[in-house]
Amino acid sequence: MSHILRIENLHVAVDGKAILRGVNLEMKFGETHAMMGPNGSGKSTLGLAIAGHPNYVITEGTITLDGEDITEWEADQRARAGIFMAFQRPVAIPGVKTADFLRHAATNVRRPDRKEGEDLIPMREFRKELKAKMSQLKIDTEFARRYVNDGFSGGEMKRAEILTMAMLSPKFSILDETDSGLDADAVKLASASIAEIGRDKMGLLIITHHDKLLEHNPPQFTHVMLGGRIVETGGAELARELHDHGYDRIRKTYPDAEAANQEMLAKEEAVAV
Amino acid sequence: MSTDIASSESIGEINKYDFRTESKAFFKARKGVDAEIVNQISEMKNEPEWMRNYRLKALEIFNSKPMPNWGGAIDINFQDIYYYLKPTDKQGKTWDEVPQEIKDTFDKLGIPEAEKKFLSGVKAQFESEVVYGSLKQDLADQGVIFTDTDSAIRDYPDLVREYFGTIIPSTDNKFAALNSAVWSGGSFIYVPKGVKIEFPLQAYFRINAENMGQFERTLIIVDEGASVHYVEGCTAPMYSSESLHSAVVEIVCKRGSRCRYTTIQNWANNIYNLVTKRAVAYADATMEWVDGNLGSKLTMKYPAVYMLEPGARGEILSIAFASKGQHQDAGAKLVHCAPNTTGQIISKSISKCGGRSSYRGLVKVEKGAKKSKCNVVCDALILDSKSRSDTYPYIEILEQDVSVGHEASVSRIGEEQMFYLMSRGLSNAEASTMIVNGFIEPLVKELPMEYAVEMNRLIQLQMEGSVG
Ligand SMILES: Nc1ncnc2c1ncn2[C@@H]1O[C@H](COP(=O)(O)OP(=O)(O)O)[C@@H](O)[C@H]1O
Ligand SMILES: [Mg+2]
Repeated sequence: MSHILRIENLHVAVDGKAILRGVNLEMKFGETHAMMGPNGSGKSTLGLAIAGHPNYVITEGTITLDGEDITEWEADQRARAGIFMAFQRPVAIPGVKTADFLRHAATNVRRPDRKEGEDLIPMREFRKELKAKMSQLKIDTEFARRYVNDGFSGGEMKRAEILTMAMLSPKFSILDETDSGLDADAVKLASASIAEIGRDKMGLLIITHHDKLLEHNPPQFTHVMLGGRIVETGGAELARELHDHGYDRIRKTYPDAEAANQEMLAKEEAVAV
Repeated sequence: MSTDIASSESIGEINKYDFRTESKAFFKARKGVDAEIVNQISEMKNEPEWMRNYRLKALEIFNSKPMPNWGGAIDINFQDIYYYLKPTDKQGKTWDEVPQEIKDTFDKLGIPEAEKKFLSGVKAQFESEVVYGSLKQDLADQGVIFTDTDSAIRDYPDLVREYFGTIIPSTDNKFAALNSAVWSGGSFIYVPKGVKIEFPLQAYFRINAENMGQFERTLIIVDEGASVHYVEGCTAPMYSSESLHSAVVEIVCKRGSRCRYTTIQNWANNIYNLVTKRAVAYADATMEWVDGNLGSKLTMKYPAVYMLEPGARGEILSIAFASKGQHQDAGAKLVHCAPNTTGQIISKSISKCGGRSSYRGLVKVEKGAKKSKCNVVCDALILDSKSRSDTYPYIEILEQDVSVGHEASVSRIGEEQMFYLMSRGLSNAEASTMIVNGFIEPLVKELPMEYAVEMNRLIQLQMEGSVG
């Protein structure tokens, strides 16, 4: 399989405020990319713009999947085309059982032109598959009956996102700090799960601050985001450097991007006040 | 007839609830309501004198009462409605005896399937008379009575007379008076002492004649220590001119008994649905209303529980879904008349496409009802900026030593929830349907399985209809 996700000169604004200022990125199926960068640099924004969040407005540039321009597509179309994002903070949908949600999602993603009201994956078949995936990820089967992300602990939420990824087998997955807020054991489990499910079976864009996740999923490429741009791209050694020594070198090397980053943070504080 | 079926199939599932079958009424009284009509109804039914007098008295009360000046706007010409229609000359004892035309209608409603599943006995009301009823033999052997109210008057006159109109007197409100004057059909249930019925008893009601009011009258008596779950689902086909549905439901829960009454109503958009439902619960008895209101032009319905003796419990779960041109004024009433009584109201309402839903609830704690507890939770979900939701909680507490809680929330479908579901491949419509179904899930999970499925499907149909 060869798929390619290409981001060209992407500019994204939220509430009229420019955040991404010309991001270029190319990912192939089977590759692992690490996305690093200080807080507020625009990593999540990039992921959300790729996933098609309506509030993240693409003001310039394009996103193409296998040569097709998906810049204007709705989030559900993109999901059906094989784009997935595991969110940093997934929202709860009270009253909707995780299994029902996953059955709908998996059916739509597998049959992209399914119309509403058409049959879902047969219940038995789906249950069997879900059970198998849950045991592979060491998730208790009781999970399937709980409401989507409702009252989940941080660790449970992240594992639910990985389970969803496993059920949807996307072409490209963006994992937004799937390792944050977890204790050491949970990080290990999540990292191993991602490796098992995602490695070589999709393109992975891993947004992270930590090294555990990358240890299990060594990236072929590491990108550093600052002030809404990718300022540097390297291999696995770049991820190691940033993890060991932080972003001081990056900030000094790219003063313009650093200034943009500070400006965004300042606006953020102004909004918070 | 065959073309009717073919066309309904070709339109598909969506219009399942929007068909009509040509019906040849066997007897149809003229339009309007007056003493002559009331006498005629009574005569057609071959009723005892006391019932005829009861009707005539109620008619006077109806005429003397003004229209309610609260709730929703009611624009009904009472003289332009048919009050009585008798579609067939006798009650069908078996499915074979039911006229084909009526069967076709039932087929479309899926009643035979329900019958297969629930051998307990399906009662189906086609227009004013019950045309088909069966009751599992062992229930009958235990002394359980499950019949239509007209037959009950004939077969169990003393039992009916003892309770009829005692919970909701004709003087209660204008529409209860109207029902008392022209009522027809409805269910009568008597569960003898200590008999616990494990499966739900069900009835289907529908209206199928233009300008036909439906005025069924239901009376349920649950004797000491007995229990029953009665389920009633309603769908009505669409018509262009206004129709009126005005039922009266009276329930008596004696000491230590339990009754649950579940209704899912999905009326056509031009129907006024003005229903009075009330139960009394004696010592340690539990009464539960589960009430789902979809469709209709205006629904005004506030199931009530009067807790008359210590230890009585009243629980009311209500869902209302108001779409374009619809006003759901629904709620509940709990009256604590004795110490240690417990009440709970959970109300969920959804408004979309300019629909309006109101929660109107009364909690009253009488003097002396010490240590009573009552909790009210009402949540409203508004799907767009054109729609509206209001809350009218009335609380009257005449006793100090009680605990009463009230929580209300209004929310709009969250953008983040929509995005989350859509980013998993659900379409906009599927995502909002899923969120709405999740919102009412706490209530739907209380329904028997096939009603839960039906409820979710009805919500789906409502959500698909007229976007924006
Ligand atoms: N929904 C939003 N509303 C307003 N500002 C936002 C929103 N999302 C992101 N931002 C702003 O965009 C900038 C980048 O944020 P984000 O992409 O979350 O960074 P990162 O993931 O790298 O920490 C920040 O200044 C943040 O405040
Ligand atoms: Mg982030």
